[in-house]
Amino acid sequence: MKKHDSAHHSMIRALIERIKTLPVPGEGVTFMEVCGTHTMEIARAGLKKMLPPHIRLTSGPGCPVCVTPISYVDKAIALCREKNCVVTTFGDMFRVPGTASCLERERARGADIRIVYSPIESARVARDNPGKRVVFLSVGFETTTPGIAATILHAGDAEIRNLFFLCANKTVPHAMDALLAGGKAALDGFLCPGHVSAITGSLPYRAIAARHNVPCVVAGFEPIDVVRAIAMLLVQTAEGRHDVEIEYDRVVRPEGNRKARDIAERVFEPADAEWRGIGTIPGSGLRLRGSFACVDAEQVFDLSHVVSREPRGCRCGEILAGAILPPACRLFGKKCTPEHPVGACMVSSEGTCAAYYTYEQ
Amino acid sequence: MCLAAPMQLINIDGETGTARMNAVRQAVDLSLIESPAVGDYVIVHAGFAIEKLDRKRARQMFRALNTLIERRARHEKA
Ligand code: SF4
Repeated sequence: MKKHDSAHHSMIRALIERIKTLPVPGEGVTFMEVCGTHTMEIARAGLKKMLPPHIRLTSGPGCPVCVTPISYVDKAIALCREKNCVVTTFGDMFRVPGTASCLERERARGADIRIVYSPIESARVARDNPGKRVVFLSVGFETTTPGIAATILHAGDAEIRNLFFLCANKTVPHAMDALLAGGKAALDGFLCPGHVSAITGSLPYRAIAARHNVPCVVAGFEPIDVVRAIAMLLVQTAEGRHDVEIEYDRVVRPEGNRKARDIAERVFEPADAEWRGIGTIPGSGLRLRGSFACVDAEQVFDLSHVVSREPRGCRCGEILAGAILPPACRLFGKKCTPEHPVGACMVSSEGTCAAYYTYEQ
Repeated sequence: MCLAAPMQLINIDGETGTARMNAVRQAVDLSLIESPAVGDYVIVHAGFAIEKLDRKRARQMFRALNTLIERRARHEKA
């Protein structure tokens, strides 16, 4: 074990010992880690097993790929079948099943689909292929949206006219609010997403904390960050507080990153959005502003023929709402595995079903 | 999908720059952050620096945790 790892390990152990001494209400507490990156790190570090049984962690809807509706995947598939079209996408979307196919299968059949690390690469693909229409699959939360907006502005400045965006960007605080307002999950606190909050700041969680009487702590992504954030939530619980605190204060400021938000707001405006399995949440999505209609794939291409159907038996919706654990799904580990995913939660490494399958079994 | 890594800026050229973490070097877009400077640590997500990392606060956190470990070690010895 590296020196760095063992130092971290002792810190985690020391903090967990301290956590065990903190008072917890009779029936214990359930905290939700909203972010898929947290879900993966918690599973990888085996944190759930290290915590005492009366402190429960449940996963939330914070994997952008998992909450992207199946109709979006079907539209992406329709686009990659268009003549002279190139689809560029983050790797996470590549294997998400649509109604009858997925991007991976389409590429095997000859479609031009390119995985990009950054939206900027899409602008490069468009510039280098002036005879083709390039569509970037624009999914992501507040962390990702400003970079996509910057790419759209940059492509406009560079007069790149053959780059389009199929947008399903979403905002996290609205979903957290909807989960509690819908009574879908009984929670005693939120571990708020660190990198979303780097952009939004911690202020948007204030209304949620106050409305639903739940403490919120913005957490970083090292296992030690997560444990520290849990300790902070427990202290708030013991003191009967529902405040918003920042554990990840080496990166997140209460006011967030104003400049990045301004760039995102120049390009996108709030809209209602469908969250896979959860339904439509008012104001929880982003659509391109009217002045960017010329790069909006939904407006430029005719996608009206696309018909979608959810996979039968998949319970991703309840899992994303923190209502059940993956083994409660009949398909889990049988018909649905990371090699042959049925639902989106089994595809992305950050999906709750995939994290559970890989680390918790 | 919100994975992001801390990297150090080693070069800036207008709105883009080069950042490094150990042996990895990569181009980063700096248009989303205020006044980046060479030597800054930034959080890089999908090719963009999305925020600066405050090293003083990072050090404070690890110092506080070390104190906790030492206290626990003393407690166990006693
Ligand atoms: S195990 Fe598969 S089918 Fe079941 S909820 Fe998870 S992703 Fe859906």
